[in-house]
Amino acid sequence: MQNNKLLIRTRFFSFLLERKAVVLTAILLASLFVLTCICAGIGSLWIPPLEVAKTLFGFGDAMSHTILFSYRLPRAAMSIAAGACLAASGALLQSVSRNPLASPDMIGITGGASAAGVAFLVLTGGKFGLVWLSASAIVGAILIAIILFALAYKGGISPLRLVLIGVAIQTAAGSLSSFLIIVSPHYLANQAFNWLTGSVYGSSWNNVIALLPWAGILGFFAWSLARRANVHELGEDVAASLGSRITSERTLLILLSAALAGAAVSQVGPIGFIGLMAPHMARRLVGPSFGALMPVAACLGAMLLLAADTIGRTAFPPNDIPAGVFTAAVGAPFFIYLLLRRRRK
Amino acid sequence: MSSLEAKSLALGYGGSPIFDKLDLRIPEHQITVLIGKNGCGKSTLLRSLARLLKPAGGTVLLDGKDIYTRPTKEIAKHLSILPQGPVAPEGLTVLQLVRQGRYPHQTWLKQWSREDEEAVMRSLAVTGMTELADRPVDALSGGQRQRAWIAMTLAQDTGAILLDEPTTYLDMTHQIEVLELLAELNENERRTIVMVLHDINLACRYAHHIIAVSNGTIYKKGTPSEIMDEQLIRDVFSMECRITMDPVYGSPMCIPIGNRAARTKSETDNPPVPQTLEPAAERKSVYVG
Repeated sequence: MQNNKLLIRTRFFSFLLERKAVVLTAILLASLFVLTCICAGIGSLWIPPLEVAKTLFGFGDAMSHTILFSYRLPRAAMSIAAGACLAASGALLQSVSRNPLASPDMIGITGGASAAGVAFLVLTGGKFGLVWLSASAIVGAILIAIILFALAYKGGISPLRLVLIGVAIQTAAGSLSSFLIIVSPHYLANQAFNWLTGSVYGSSWNNVIALLPWAGILGFFAWSLARRANVHELGEDVAASLGSRITSERTLLILLSAALAGAAVSQVGPIGFIGLMAPHMARRLVGPSFGALMPVAACLGAMLLLAADTIGRTAFPPNDIPAGVFTAAVGAPFFIYLLLRRRRK
Repeated sequence: MSSLEAKSLALGYGGSPIFDKLDLRIPEHQITVLIGKNGCGKSTLLRSLARLLKPAGGTVLLDGKDIYTRPTKEIAKHLSILPQGPVAPEGLTVLQLVRQGRYPHQTWLKQWSREDEEAVMRSLAVTGMTELADRPVDALSGGQRQRAWIAMTLAQDTGAILLDEPTTYLDMTHQIEVLELLAELNENERRTIVMVLHDINLACRYAHHIIAVSNGTIYKKGTPSEIMDEQLIRDVFSMECRITMDPVYGSPMCIPIGNRAARTKSETDNPPVPQTLEPAAERKSVYVG
C-alpha cells in the first residue's frame, strides 16, 4: 500500500506524498517549459523552440533576444502567472464550497475585481500606478467574496444557492463596470475598456513584476493550508468533529481564493473559465487531495492561458484576439458538460 | 478518560427550544444508544454533545471541562462524531480519508508521524479495510464505505465516539457488521460509544445503556432489560407492541403491532407468544408477556 507513496520523515517534520502527484507535477512543469518555448517562438517571426530555449539561458542571438525579452516572454510569463493564479483560486473555491461548479468567474469574484479596478481607474483619473490598480482589484474581489458568502450562507453553503447568487453578482458587477466606463472621460474609458476585455496584450515586465509577488505568496500560503482544505471537503460536520474551526477557516480559504483571482484579474482582466477547467482536469489526474491538486491545477491553468493567448495573438493576424475569448470558447461547453453530468448522477 | 455530561442543556433550532434544562450523564466505557421517533431531537442531542450545535443554554462537559470554551482541536483528540450519511469527495481513496482522522494530532510540519501511521494502519486493520486502502471511497459498497468512515473516526483515536445512525442505508448484513465492529471496539479498547439507532431490537442487543427520547425530554434511561416495556414503546413511539425475548441474545425484542392487528387483538385475546427458549447469558427474562 505504501509503495505508491513517498515518505519524508525526520525528527522535526514528516510528510507523506503521493508518488503519482509528484511525478505528474514534474512532468507538467517540464511540459509548461516546452510549451513556453513553442508559444514564444510563434509570431510574425518564427523562432524555433530550441532557439527560444537557448535564448532563455542566454545563448541566443541579439535579434531573438530582443523579440523574446521585449515582447513575447513578458506576455508568456504573464499568461503563466495569471493562469496559475486563476486555477489555484478555482481549486480553493471548489474545495471549500464542495461545489465543482464554483469558480471565481462563475460566481462574481472576477466581476467584482474588474468593477473595483475600473472604479479605481475612473475615480482616481489614472494618476496612480499599476500596483495600486492591483491592490484595488484584489480588494474588490475580496469584498465581493464576502458579500457573496453572506448572501449564500444559510446554515451552510448550498451549491445551487452559491451559483445562482454568484451569477446575479457577476451580472451586477458587469453593469457597474459598464456604467463607470460610460460616465468617465474618453481617454480613461479607453484604458479601462482595454483592461476589461481580459487580455494579456501589451503585458510588460512591469506587469509581471506587479503580479508575481502576489501570486507567489498567496499561492504558497494556499498550498500550505492543504490539510485544512481537505478537511473542509469532507463536509461541515466531519470537519468540525476533526477540530477545524469552520467559520474562520472557511473565511480564510475563501478570501485567499478571492485574492488570487483578484491578483490575476488586476493584470490581465477578467479571463473566464480557467478557474473552472484547470482544477477539474487536475481532479481527474490526481484526485481531490488538495496538496496534490493545487500544484497540478496551477500548471494546467498556466498552460491553458498560455495556449489561449498564443492562439489569440497569432491565429487571426493582424487582429490580436483577447485570450478570454478562447478560454470562454472552450470553457462554456465544458461548463454545460459538467452541469449535464451532474444532473445524470 | 472521556466522560461526557450535559448540564441543564437547552437546545433548539431557531425560536422553539427542543430540549430545556436537560441533565444527562453518558456512562463511560459503555455503549449508549439513543432511541426515539423521527424528529424527537435525538440527533440534535447527539450533535450538541459533540459541539456541532451550539446550545441556547447550559453546557456539555467533557472530562469535567466545558466543550464550548475549550479549543476545538483539543476536544477533537478526545471526542469524535460521525455524522449521518457523510459524503467523501469524488476520487478520494480510503487511505486519504482515514489519514484525515489524524487532523487534530498533526501540525504543519508533522503531517505523518509514526503515531499517525500506526493509528491509521490499526484502524484500517480493525475495520478490515487494509486491502481496500487504495480504492476510491465512492467505488465501495455501502457497508465498506461506512467502515471506511468509521476507520477515519477511529484514527482520530478518541476515548468517546459518537455516531449518528451509522446503520442507515445499509442492508441487514452490513448493519450487523457495523454494530459488531463497534461492540468489539468497545470491548477491546474500552471506547465509550454513543449512537442513534432506529432499530429498537438492535439497540437492545448492542446497548449497555438506552436513552429513550420523547418530545424534548428524556423519557427513560437504563439498561435495555430495565426500561424496555410496552408502555415505553407506546409513549415514545405511539405504537402498540409486544415485548418478547430475543431467542439468541436474550435481549428484549419488540414486535410492533399495526393498527389492523391492534383492532383484532382485543377479540382474539392474547395471541400465543413463544416462551420456550432459555434466556442467553446473564440477561433476565422478565419482559415476556
